[in-house]
Amino acid sequence: MEKLLLLGAEAIAQGAIDGGMSGVYAYPGTPSTEITEYVQHNKIAIERKLHSQWSANEKTAMEAGLGMSYAGKRAMVCMKHVGLNVAADAFINSAITGVNGGLIVAVADDPSMHSSQNEQDSRFFGKFAMIPILEPASQQEAYDMTYEAFELSEKLKVPIMMRITTRLSHSRAGIETRPLKQENNLKYPEDPIQFVLLPSNARKRYKGLLGLQSLMEQESERSSFNTYYPARNKSLGVIACGIAFNYLMENYPVRKFPHPVLQLGQYPLPFAKVEKIVNECDHILVLEDGYPFVEEMLIGYLDKNSKIKGRLNGAIPRDGELNPDIVAKALGKEVKFGMKVPAIVADRPPELCAGCSHRDIYNALNETMKEFGKQKVFSDIGCYTLGALPPWNSINSCVDMGASITMAKGAADAGVHPSIAVIGDSTFTHSGMTALLDCVYENTPVTVIISDNGTTGMTGGQASHATGRLEEICIGLGVKPEHVRTLTPLPKFHDEMVNVLREEMLYEGVSVVIPRRECIQTLARSKKVVKVKVEEAAQ
Amino acid sequence: MKSDIILSGVGGQGILSIAAVVGMAALENHLYLKQAEVHGMSQRGGAVQSHLRISEQEIASDLIPEGRADIIISVEPMESLRYLPWLSENGWLVTNTTPFVNITDYPDMKVLLAEIEKLPHHIAINADEIARQVKSPRSSNMVMLGAASPFIDIPYQSLENGIRKIFERKGEKIVQLNIDALKAGREFAEAHKN
Repeated sequence: MEKLLLLGAEAIAQGAIDGGMSGVYAYPGTPSTEITEYVQHNKIAIERKLHSQWSANEKTAMEAGLGMSYAGKRAMVCMKHVGLNVAADAFINSAITGVNGGLIVAVADDPSMHSSQNEQDSRFFGKFAMIPILEPASQQEAYDMTYEAFELSEKLKVPIMMRITTRLSHSRAGIETRPLKQENNLKYPEDPIQFVLLPSNARKRYKGLLGLQSLMEQESERSSFNTYYPARNKSLGVIACGIAFNYLMENYPVRKFPHPVLQLGQYPLPFAKVEKIVNECDHILVLEDGYPFVEEMLIGYLDKNSKIKGRLNGAIPRDGELNPDIVAKALGKEVKFGMKVPAIVADRPPELCAGCSHRDIYNALNETMKEFGKQKVFSDIGCYTLGALPPWNSINSCVDMGASITMAKGAADAGVHPSIAVIGDSTFTHSGMTALLDCVYENTPVTVIISDNGTTGMTGGQASHATGRLEEICIGLGVKPEHVRTLTPLPKFHDEMVNVLREEMLYEGVSVVIPRRECIQTLARSKKVVKVKVEEAAQ
Repeated sequence: MKSDIILSGVGGQGILSIAAVVGMAALENHLYLKQAEVHGMSQRGGAVQSHLRISEQEIASDLIPEGRADIIISVEPMESLRYLPWLSENGWLVTNTTPFVNITDYPDMKVLLAEIEKLPHHIAINADEIARQVKSPRSSNMVMLGAASPFIDIPYQSLENGIRKIFERKGEKIVQLNIDALKAGREFAEAHKN
């Protein structure tokens, strides 16, 4: 059978399509974006008309996925780790309602924060919701687990979390696929109040979820993703979770392990297998990418001289992603060192593209702020966060999606004036609209700059819900039309931009300034597409 | 056989198209392959790298351990040096000499080239210039792949086939320009590898 060369993220998408999925719901976020993009371009997905349009944010995605499950069909919801914070309310409660059609929540964590503001470990959320978690070691496992997860979800009647990390999501390997399954038919839940979490029913549902825990553990116990490799040398045992197993294998090629190894790919922990390795080995090394999730559970609170080693005792660094060298060191193996990086090699941090509209906005903003003083600019998550770096040094915050506006409000309430927010168009419709409503409600003097490049730029140029309707949204939320100002961010309009910004900063109420010019990345791409089409037509 | 390759450059320079061609060639030869990429924030003009591993045996880690890479292929000279800790003692450094200057403290080119010259096994090639010479100015990437091809354990013909598969959508002319670039890079390396 011919193999497909897929990213880990794409393997999840292919597994879901082949597993009979009817729709995917997501908001873009590195390293999870490619899951949904793959479905959007997949031939079978297009033929089957599987839902794959972007959602406004992770919470709306989670709820829509749950709605599709309610209707009896199989759905997948995808997000990056911090997106799960946004979706948390719906996510936790979806374990209490349970599912009808199979429901997968695919979450991509980002240890080492390659493209994120923290490195939180989503397995805690899976445990918090008390649902099974699948954590693949390889792209093939990512495919297989997703393919099988819908059935596990329908069997246990709860959502299943697929947890991957950046390294697996963005690494390509050959995948063998399995037969394409039919989609589920529309079918209402047997119990019409299954999804009604009124306290009286929620208490019943919650007891049901608690009752399922032992069944989930039995599933883990016999799961082929939790494999015990026996070995003679029991001075050490290794528990390797998800992708950490690869780094272990790198050190012991073709799985010739000298010590017993427990490969973990399905949670809750398989008690008998864990108990066996802990009992038969003198020491246990826990290898896991992310937080010391398993390690902490094994140690407990009181056992400070535990035989369990890992991130907590320093055998593995407390933060950052794993790699084969870190694992080699923890195993006491010799680590090779290459040459040093010559001193002349300078840092090359990411930067705003040449010709990017955010550059012109920051130039105008910096000039305006010379009149108003420093440290009054709150910003948000997106390409424009790079305005925090030289040469601009324009912004003073980047916390979570939408926080620019609400932090500017709180600061304004505290007496900061002018108090300014810089937010992108897609981030604004993700989580900025309710923040703006808070400002309107009290007529708080804030100046909100919505830098509109018509796309979700940082993640590669996905469609933005804001496109073509930003002014209407702002006016609809109650911003006075004369204080919704649209600009064209180009060097030749610099003075005009400065004047408008100054006017709105002096206004003692809510104003929105919308500098609008298309992202130069998406612009270049659409020109290229047009060029290819013209060339094809000419041939 | 196995080849562990680090690809490096600056976000937007398109190192992933090199990886895509090698990937196709590896599939054609029924080899295992793992290729770790950088997506997201660093793609915006920052330093980017990709770990590309091909082997007859199953590959474990998506990341190459330090000191084990057989080749560094860099489309930018300063970026080629950033990944020296991964290069094995007998490994080859194959780099473009055309700098991409988007920072104020970019090193002096003479000093930079002298650092590259220090390495026992290196190919320093002005890939942009060679691409222009073969009338394929946008294919400096394929010049670089060609220059590295003598050190990759994959038949040269498979790399050409890989180009064919990756670029066929864009028409025969584009395919041929890229194959010309590949060939020019290979000829340069064959003439300069000793």
